[in-house]
Amino acid sequence: MTVNGSKPKFAMYWAASCGGCEIAVLNTHEKILDVDANFDVVFWPVAMDAKYKDVEAMEDGSILLTLFNGGMRNDENERLARLLRKKSKIMVAFGSCACEGCIPGLANLSPVGEIVHTAFNTITTDNPNEVYPRTTYDVPEGELHIPTLSRLLRPLDQVVDVDYYMPGCPPESHQIAAVIDLVIKVIRGEAELPPKGAVIGVGNSTVCDECPRARNVKLIKAFKRIQDIAPVDPTLCILEQGVPCNGPATRSGCNARCPQVGAQCIGCYGPAEGTLDYGARLMTAFASVIDANTPDEIDKILDGIPDPTGQVYRFNLAGSLLKAAKPAWEK
Amino acid sequence: MTDQFEPTIIGFTCNWCSYRAADLAGTARMKYAPNVRLIRMMCSGRLDPTFVLRAFSGGADGVLITGCHPGDCHYMEQNYKALRRYLLLKRVLKGMGIEPERVKLVWASAAEGARFASETTLFVEEIRKLGPLNWGKPVEIETLQEEISKAEEVPA
Repeated sequence: MTVNGSKPKFAMYWAASCGGCEIAVLNTHEKILDVDANFDVVFWPVAMDAKYKDVEAMEDGSILLTLFNGGMRNDENERLARLLRKKSKIMVAFGSCACEGCIPGLANLSPVGEIVHTAFNTITTDNPNEVYPRTTYDVPEGELHIPTLSRLLRPLDQVVDVDYYMPGCPPESHQIAAVIDLVIKVIRGEAELPPKGAVIGVGNSTVCDECPRARNVKLIKAFKRIQDIAPVDPTLCILEQGVPCNGPATRSGCNARCPQVGAQCIGCYGPAEGTLDYGARLMTAFASVIDANTPDEIDKILDGIPDPTGQVYRFNLAGSLLKAAKPAWEK
Repeated sequence: MTDQFEPTIIGFTCNWCSYRAADLAGTARMKYAPNVRLIRMMCSGRLDPTFVLRAFSGGADGVLITGCHPGDCHYMEQNYKALRRYLLLKRVLKGMGIEPERVKLVWASAAEGARFASETTLFVEEIRKLGPLNWGKPVEIETLQEEISKAEEVPA
């Protein structure tokens, strides 16, 4: 795949994201040198200086690999997604935000106006003159623009065609290293790319499968928050201890990192193989372990999950079947 | 033709009791609202919440789930699992801005054709009162300014 004897081109971009994906790439330590040795890094705003017009000037399809992290929150994000799609042979939705919306996707529970209002005029921000950001502003030198927020946050594949998905918040560094190794092998003709649409850098089971904790028949009489049980049994399944753990619905690949250190899985690796709707799978899992058969008793146990929608769609709301709450999309 | 709103309702029935109740209602020529499209499953315990979400995202206005009475399940206790899923699903739907009343769980034995018919008609009326859900229409990208001017005070 070497073009004219020169190194293949690599790009990485962040849209609506926190920067954790970039840090996870740097956390691959000396593996990052392999990226430099095998690729010509042409665009990576967090690591090097390049302008959008430099990308626009590139030939279509001239970038071999683009790792795109972050969701589509504004028109700038979408423009860059379309631009990089056009310029790239392989477009990877990198990290939970690009794959399924992640935490920023929870904004899809509220109308965008309310989100802005909350950010600029609530108890934490005094704004008596109701000053809000404007997308255009006239100055003597001309008109200035800032990106316009979209009504909904969208995962990458709701805007452009995506070749591969690499979930995780952020993707584990050992998984990133394995993917880098694979791509280098592909370049050298020693390996083949997985089929288009594949989820890469993951396991194909659930977090429970990787979790070393002991599992028995679960009979939950009450759901509790993890800070309310002390001490957490270090060897017993966390769900069995009454804490809603998202492991049963979540894709493996992280080595059950959170349960290993005594915290419940929160689901950052997204839906397990074959799952159409992450939240639905989790609802099924939680409902199955409730030890009650009358509506009153069941409701009392369910009261232990204070935010059911946030619990089952923490990372997956924007990528779920419903995508957004009704107040967020209706006029 | 009247301009009355005719809701689209997807019904999931279990093979052993409630589908037979629907069958009985049909063979006995009972009249009930024609808005329900029934899908037969082996058991209400087969009801994956995915089915309900898929129905709503595909344009359904309501989802009716029917199963054997508690204690009568052909598979011992799977209808209890359906009940638990249903109660949790309603809570999640509320968070998504969908009225929880758009999903309804009804127990009907194979002998209760009349009950199936009357419950269905009642549910259709309830959904008609709630109005169309209109999920799945394309969401356009709107400008922010318009939204801000409409924003109401957010309680701190």
